[in-house]
Amino acid sequence: MKKIEAIIQPFKLEDVKEALKNIGIDGMTISEVRGHGRQKGHREVYRGQEYNVDLLPKVKFELVVPDTRLDEVVETIGQAARSGKIGDGKIFVYDVAEAVRIRNNDRGEAAI
Amino acid sequence: MQIAFLLTAATDAGARLAALEKSVASAQSAGDNAWMLVSAALVLMMTGPGLALFYGGLVRRKNVLGTMMHSFFMMALITVIWAFVGYSLVFGEGAPFIGGLKYAFLNGVGAAPNADYAATIPQSTFMVYQLMFAIITPALISGAFAERMKFSALTLFMALWALIVYFPMAHMVWGKGGFLNAYLGGVIPCLDFAGGTVVHITSGVSALVCALYLGKRLGFPAEPMKPHSMVLSVVGACLLWVGWFGFNAGSALGASGLASSAFVATHFAAATAAFGWMLAEWFHSGKPTMLGGISGAVAGLVAITPASGFVKPMPALLIGLLAGVFCFWMVTAVKRKFGYDDTLDAFGVHGAGGTLGALLTGVFATNEINNAPINGAVAPLGAVDGHAIQILYQAVGIGIAIALAAVGTWIILKICDALIGVRVEQDAEREGLDLSQHGEEGYYLEA
Repeated sequence: MKKIEAIIQPFKLEDVKEALKNIGIDGMTISEVRGHGRQKGHREVYRGQEYNVDLLPKVKFELVVPDTRLDEVVETIGQAARSGKIGDGKIFVYDVAEAVRIRNNDRGEAAI
Repeated sequence: MQIAFLLTAATDAGARLAALEKSVASAQSAGDNAWMLVSAALVLMMTGPGLALFYGGLVRRKNVLGTMMHSFFMMALITVIWAFVGYSLVFGEGAPFIGGLKYAFLNGVGAAPNADYAATIPQSTFMVYQLMFAIITPALISGAFAERMKFSALTLFMALWALIVYFPMAHMVWGKGGFLNAYLGGVIPCLDFAGGTVVHITSGVSALVCALYLGKRLGFPAEPMKPHSMVLSVVGACLLWVGWFGFNAGSALGASGLASSAFVATHFAAATAAFGWMLAEWFHSGKPTMLGGISGAVAGLVAITPASGFVKPMPALLIGLLAGVFCFWMVTAVKRKFGYDDTLDAFGVHGAGGTLGALLTGVFATNEINNAPINGAVAPLGAVDGHAIQILYQAVGIGIAIALAAVGTWIILKICDALIGVRVEQDAEREGLDLSQHGEEGYYLEA
């Protein structure tokens, strides 16, 4: 099993959700986060006082998939989230040691 | 028999005329009183929720309730002081610099009008209307020390400030026999229709003294301290704009043509000031902002306050425009140059805008708008009436307001600091006033 963590532009949220649904991925966790990579922030001015806002709002997807589906899912997320501009985000992949479905104690891939 | 009939008719006509006069007076009183009660409510609305929202939105989230409390609490505290001695110290006849105790504990203040001030409304209406001014004025100061003043010290500070600064200043300008009262026997006839000197210069200058005395907030200006909710501030500023009709048009003390004139001047100045501030920042930093728009509107409302019952609509437009640009310059360039932390720009908007407005009143005031007699006759008012010396009289009023506010506030801060300590501990400041001073939070979105 692999965990995919994708940090994307907030306005791509619906596109990515829809694309994952189309390839049969139902389970995911989403959170609103802030961060930046190479993207520079923007300038805000309040009564002449300037603030450089470099931590920008992003959406983080977390989902766990069987090893066999990894490439397909990463490709799908990448395509759906891509606008081609700086700030599109990153995808990280981790090994997962175990999964448990709390309701009935299913283990491993059966639980995801 | 015919003569007897005529006599009866004449007596009858006389009685009917008297009855008619009585009912006309009663109708005027009813109309005036209705407008003045509404105006009193409008001015209270400026403090809560108007100013509470305007200031509350501009601070960081952890200080929203502490900041709103600074405004709201005045509605409780000042009311009590006003009832005991405040009204009397302002409007009771007394010395040139402070009123007497004739109306202490509101003795003799009831349904009968006080002809010295407002002959057509109950004195209790006049009293409660003027109370609303005494409430908002100290609340305005709180913008300067937002996010760092101890609440216990604030309570003492505000009570003393009302007694030492506001009541004497209001008496001088509006009280019978006051030193600056143009209409009721003052030495220097200063024109201040709705409180440019009394409300805005005193609060603005006191704000600057507070900002200097308390020092900068922890982390200012390196850490970002953005307004936590511009939405709240926009709502608050628009409530201030609406409430200001009660403040200025209500200062006509009746539902008269003068009230309409002041209403128009007030609205016009707010409009051009919003315009002026936004244009200035558009040129200066590339974008017009919502905060600039509402700050400008408030600056215009401040500047037109002393002039509102004396000027024509076109000068009102000009006063607003000048105030918008001038106050923008004060809160950006001047504040940055000197580096003081007037957190919500109480000095830059109220002190600066009030001073500009009080001076321009001396330029544009005209008896074509306000023909109330001075010493029994209609007199020329401002420079446009060929009475340029009025600008000097205005400057004297401004000077007295600045001196009283600066010295009074500094003494009061010294007293509060010695007895209680004016500034919260560093840990309390980092935690925020909501938790450290009041033990509650403004937002708990998980609930």
